[in-house]
Amino acid sequence: MTSAAYQVTHLDALEAESIFVMREVVAELERPVLLFSGGKDSIVMLRLAQKAFAPSHIPFPVMHVDTGHNFPEVLDYRDRRVAELGLQLVVASVPEALASGLVRESADGTRNRIQTPVLLEAVEKHRFNALFGGARRDEEKARAKERMFSFRDEFGQWDPKNQRPELWALYNGRHHPGESIRVFPLSNWTELDVWHYIAREQIELPSIYYAHEREVVERDGMLYAVNEFLPARAGEERFKARVRYRTVGDASCTAAVRSDADTVEKVIEEVAATRITERGATRGDDRVSEAAMEDRKREGYF
Amino acid sequence: MTTETLAPTGSETAGRPMDLLRFATAGSVDDGKSTLIGRLLYDTKSLFSDQLAAVEAVSAARGDEYTDLSLLTDGLRAEREQGITIDVAYRYFATPRRKFIIADTPGHIQYTRNMVTGASTADLALILVDARKGLVEQSRRHAFLCSLLRVPHLVLCVNKMDLVDFSQEVFERIADEFTAFAAKLDVPDLTVVPISALRGDNIVSRSENMPWYEGPALLHHLERVHIASDRNLVDVRFPVQYVIRPQSTTVTDYRGYAGQVASGVLKPGDEVMVLPSGFTSRIAAVETADGPVAEAFPPMSVTVRLADEIDISRGDMICRPNNAPAVAQDIEAMVCWMDETRPLQIGGKYAIKHTTRAARAIVRGLHYRLDINSLHRDESANELRLNEIGRVRLRTTVPLLADEYRRNRTTGGFIVIDETTNRTVGAGMIVETP
Repeated sequence: MTSAAYQVTHLDALEAESIFVMREVVAELERPVLLFSGGKDSIVMLRLAQKAFAPSHIPFPVMHVDTGHNFPEVLDYRDRRVAELGLQLVVASVPEALASGLVRESADGTRNRIQTPVLLEAVEKHRFNALFGGARRDEEKARAKERMFSFRDEFGQWDPKNQRPELWALYNGRHHPGESIRVFPLSNWTELDVWHYIAREQIELPSIYYAHEREVVERDGMLYAVNEFLPARAGEERFKARVRYRTVGDASCTAAVRSDADTVEKVIEEVAATRITERGATRGDDRVSEAAMEDRKREGYF
Repeated sequence: MTTETLAPTGSETAGRPMDLLRFATAGSVDDGKSTLIGRLLYDTKSLFSDQLAAVEAVSAARGDEYTDLSLLTDGLRAEREQGITIDVAYRYFATPRRKFIIADTPGHIQYTRNMVTGASTADLALILVDARKGLVEQSRRHAFLCSLLRVPHLVLCVNKMDLVDFSQEVFERIADEFTAFAAKLDVPDLTVVPISALRGDNIVSRSENMPWYEGPALLHHLERVHIASDRNLVDVRFPVQYVIRPQSTTVTDYRGYAGQVASGVLKPGDEVMVLPSGFTSRIAAVETADGPVAEAFPPMSVTVRLADEIDISRGDMICRPNNAPAVAQDIEAMVCWMDETRPLQIGGKYAIKHTTRAARAIVRGLHYRLDINSLHRDESANELRLNEIGRVRLRTTVPLLADEYRRNRTTGGFIVIDETTNRTVGAGMIVETP
């Protein structure tokens, strides 16, 4: 047989790489945990974990950093998935951390930044030393320089100028007690790859990823759903629009996009044609400054 | 400017599945590398309007005369402030035929470490030269590093052809000189393309300004370069990564060896040998979560089950009885040193990661240090500093199951780790196992 027969598609190659990375972590690092937000990337990551260890169960717990500003559809999805897979769920709760005084509400009421200390405290409490995250390099320019295995010091900090060289598929997960490794199995996936994979694997997603009617306000050029965490401000007009979410984050700072895409095929078409990045279109938190993501990552953000 | 409309990406076109090509780019801003990457992203509609707007805004605020596309890839604060690239940046684009992963590496000699990193996983490397300057020391160094890392395909882009009046003579002089140099380096496949990244000549489609050029446009070449046969499908090498043994009441007596096929083709029924024990057995099944498969080949991640119960653990290697890697504790390797604080020294002890196997190693000897610009061998050297490359003899605590790097990039490469700092301090390519 000629070599031409032994071809794999780009999705197969990405899947094989991600599975390799997840097995590497479980083989070398004692206490991994998968960060699960109920967003599409963490859902895909969970599917890959299922595949990597089948027919065994997924050999690590999942952790949700809960800002308290949740989309109900996403929480419901989270609980169903966790039950189906028989997983242990660790909730790192921002509301609890606010109550205990670990963190204080920021002036604008958004909780993106105060998630970080809550995450780090949970990591310390459970002694997790490897955290799977669904971040992709195509999302954002600071993430474009991120490693598959990203070393974090005992304060959970990322030092972009002092990263370990990553050669071949030889990942270095060594660390001292208290330090940890963030692992990004989807590093080489793009938003479109993720959607193609969701279609191929017929993965169910929270319904807010598909077009639906919602009451929104327009703010900073983005459409925000009006809800208990995000009331309309004085002078803002509330109106109904057909929208979907491209990303799922904190309900107080994640915006929706106008869309008629109510099936996975239509979403793929829409994503392929869009001219704006998903974070640029939907994340208020990334608009703070040129290096907003880098600054948050240095502090220990995902 | 030529902009052919390219559908951003589908999962397949005309029944032909999209595959994946990883390529590394080397060069500096002066060579127009960022402009070239910006153009590839722009012309394949992989550059988003908010990214472009952000770059335009920063460029305008700095007072740049033109939009500095390097800002697209130089994402870190320090890089923007200092106007330099300090790390490998990964970029993605796709056409209906292929998905591309670019490892964009800075070109200066102090970043040899980054270039080696980017080249280690590359199917193809793209080297840029300025047509007005011709080959410079840096171009030769990049070509050498690509050949050292055994990147199977090399593309030399002679850029800024518009500034030499699209001269065939200038192009051919540079192409000939580079081809002669590459012949000494054992470069398996070389393509030379005259381009203007700024104006788009020979990027997406053939340039009308250079009718004398009969080769492909750059993107055409990237889309069609044949990479399937670069993989080694002859030598069966399956490093065992993880043993799957479900602790379950429904699945009992299951024992599978999970891993990614490094090379060769594995099929049920094949007779195999497990190293380092040397026990033999037969493949009972090759499985994935989606069910059994008839064959496994690189880069598939699978689970192999054997007919006999033998003791196998992570770091062992499944191969064929008549085609096995060396089982060696004495290793001769080319090592690129990557630590800025402490040099590699004779007598130094390090941790090694080779395939899925961990070992400790002592440096028994340093035959020479290579000047990567002149290729001169300095046999009086007694250490390797940051970004230096030399031929080293190692003795390991446990045997490595190793092939020569030139034959197998997966079972021939290893990393060196400092046991105190845990940092990755070196990259090794096995030359022989005496």
